[in-house]
Amino acid sequence: MKKDILLSGVGGQGILSIATVIGEAALKSGLYMKQAEVHGMSQRGGDVQSTLRLSDAPISSDLIPLGCCDLIISMEPMEGLRYLPYLNPEGWLVTNDTPFVNIPRYPEQSALEAEINRLPHRVMLNIEAVARELGSVRAANMVLLGATIPFLGLAYDTMREAVSDIFRRKGDEIVELNLKALAAGKEIAETNL
Amino acid sequence: MDNKQLFLGDEAIAQAALDAGLSGVYAYPGTPSTEITEYIQSHTRPEEKIHSRWCTNEKTAMEAALGMSYAGKRALVCMKHVGMNVAADCFVNSAITGVNGGLVVVAADDPSMHSSQDEQDSRFYGDFALLPMMEPSSQQEAYDMVRHAYDFSEQMGEPVLLRITTRLAHSRSGVTPQAGRRSQNEVSVPADERQFVLLPALARKRYALLIEKQAELLRASEESPYNIYTDGPDKRKGIVAFGIGYNYVMENFLEGCPYPVLKIGQYPMPEEKLKKIFAECEEVLVVEEGQPFAERLLRGYLGSGDGQKVRGRLDGTLPRTGELTPDSVGRALGREHKPAYSVPSLVEMRPPALCDGCGHRDMYTILTEVLRNEYPAARVFGDIGCYTLGAGAPFYAINSCVDMGASITMAKGAADAGLYPAVSVIGDSTFTHSGITGLLDCVNENTDMTIIISDNETTAMTGGQDSAGTGRLESICRGIGVAPEHIRVVVPLKKNYEEMRTILREELDYHGLSVIIPRRECVQTLKRKKNKKQ
Repeated sequence: MKKDILLSGVGGQGILSIATVIGEAALKSGLYMKQAEVHGMSQRGGDVQSTLRLSDAPISSDLIPLGCCDLIISMEPMEGLRYLPYLNPEGWLVTNDTPFVNIPRYPEQSALEAEINRLPHRVMLNIEAVARELGSVRAANMVLLGATIPFLGLAYDTMREAVSDIFRRKGDEIVELNLKALAAGKEIAETNL
Repeated sequence: MDNKQLFLGDEAIAQAALDAGLSGVYAYPGTPSTEITEYIQSHTRPEEKIHSRWCTNEKTAMEAALGMSYAGKRALVCMKHVGMNVAADCFVNSAITGVNGGLVVVAADDPSMHSSQDEQDSRFYGDFALLPMMEPSSQQEAYDMVRHAYDFSEQMGEPVLLRITTRLAHSRSGVTPQAGRRSQNEVSVPADERQFVLLPALARKRYALLIEKQAELLRASEESPYNIYTDGPDKRKGIVAFGIGYNYVMENFLEGCPYPVLKIGQYPMPEEKLKKIFAECEEVLVVEEGQPFAERLLRGYLGSGDGQKVRGRLDGTLPRTGELTPDSVGRALGREHKPAYSVPSLVEMRPPALCDGCGHRDMYTILTEVLRNEYPAARVFGDIGCYTLGAGAPFYAINSCVDMGASITMAKGAADAGLYPAVSVIGDSTFTHSGITGLLDCVNENTDMTIIISDNETTAMTGGQDSAGTGRLESICRGIGVAPEHIRVVVPLKKNYEEMRTILREELDYHGLSVIIPRRECVQTLKRKKNKKQ
């Protein structure tokens, strides 16, 4: 098993919380893992990315070579497109559809969606809307993570365990909410396939 | 995989130092080194008496750590690469004094300048000071090296420099800590009462001793488990790979590398092993993160003899600048990955910016408005911190950003030259780091300039660490001798814009030294505090 994953978004959107859950699930599955994060200046509203490499064999590089990424998970549609050179031809883009506009020349949303829809393997969803329906937009990250489950190569039950472990400190209600969000995202991706 | 824990490179270093019987960490925050100290702060209990409070700057940190080592205990100093410039006076001389308790200095370099103003390579400092260095290729190695470095430091009687780079510092991987946590050393002073007295006559003796130790350091490198020669059948090429450069080489040979590879993680560089790879291979590719430190030495200035075999950053085989990647190393090895997709042309740059609601925004709004409309000859000398982002849209507010504290002293020099108005913009933490001494120069000459200490009561850019002067900036300025009537404090909020304009005009018009302190807590710190309360 070998999965190279790239997470993208805008500084402050919380891509690292997604990485943390995948990392926890990978560790539970006995896999090797390397996760490169971005700290410092770019966290201030700039583009941010984190790479996550999982494998049943030891991993050399912290970074993913061009054209080798199996899955891009993006909190923001334009940010998902920024890293396309890393995606392999069979790889998937799973992205939130809602733009985060903090620059003057942000592209038209319709143009962005058209660009994303040109990809052979993509899932685009409104994670905030799904999360709001479940009770809180704060679970939006877990909706997005749920939508990657068909492509992650990690067992759904292990992912559920990882979510429970990570949110346990915040109480049963928050755990339930995030598990529901995970399930909702998974269902959307599966209907999309 | 029992006991395996997920650690950032920084966290692995911190855990290893704790396991090695650390008594104190001394540091000033700086990306990518900050998380080392933060980890120690959050993983120690007061009764353990392990010092971990932030220092005012890297020099005070290095000196305090040397003092702890003098008193027999194990100390750790952490900084980003440019912090080494600040700590250099003490660092270089600590090689002459030597140590008593084990002392490890971590320099976190930032090739590609993700969060820095240059990509200087700290290995030059280690070499310059004649100190042993280690450079890990993985989080596990970072852990193991730090554990070993404390023993080695005490055995050699010298500090050890651990050199890491951004990618290792901020990458997470499974680490298995070694069993058996050491207890801290007891207080003990050096047997030789004059060991640390670097008067010329004594320093010469200590320096001779340091030179003498070089042979032993080299022998340790030859035998080091971190310097490994792996043979390969194809001798047309050999590879010398340092630190994480090794990972990018191996990423390109998942099925096994056909060429001999010398992996180096401990310096001085192992001479015998290098001779072997140069003797056996037709050419030698040098893969090192950062500047071509080793490549230059191996090539020789004139590139004669074996130097002609060297390939790397200096002959364009690898990019001359920037962080290595699996792709740049792949290209150097003739094994390139081709991307299937390109970046669509509609994707725009998204540079970092000041947060919405940030006090620096209000400060810059008024500063740029007043200067542009009323004082077009004014120039603004900036400094290092979040407010450096005032250089970009929509403010384009600053004309310089060089090093910690330079806003004050550069504005002074420009004012001395006759530039008016000369304005300095500096943050509270940068002011206490390296601005206070410059302010004293300005006071002594009552320089005609205006200093704005934009105070958000934290070290914001690195994630909100305590700022050394919080609550005391006015008294510091008064104590140094700034005239009290020219120390002006204001809350940078929209409703106070008129007051801010008036203060600014008054102090620009005053032909002497003024300090304006716009003060409002960082919005990120505020948010974190609120979240904690919930």
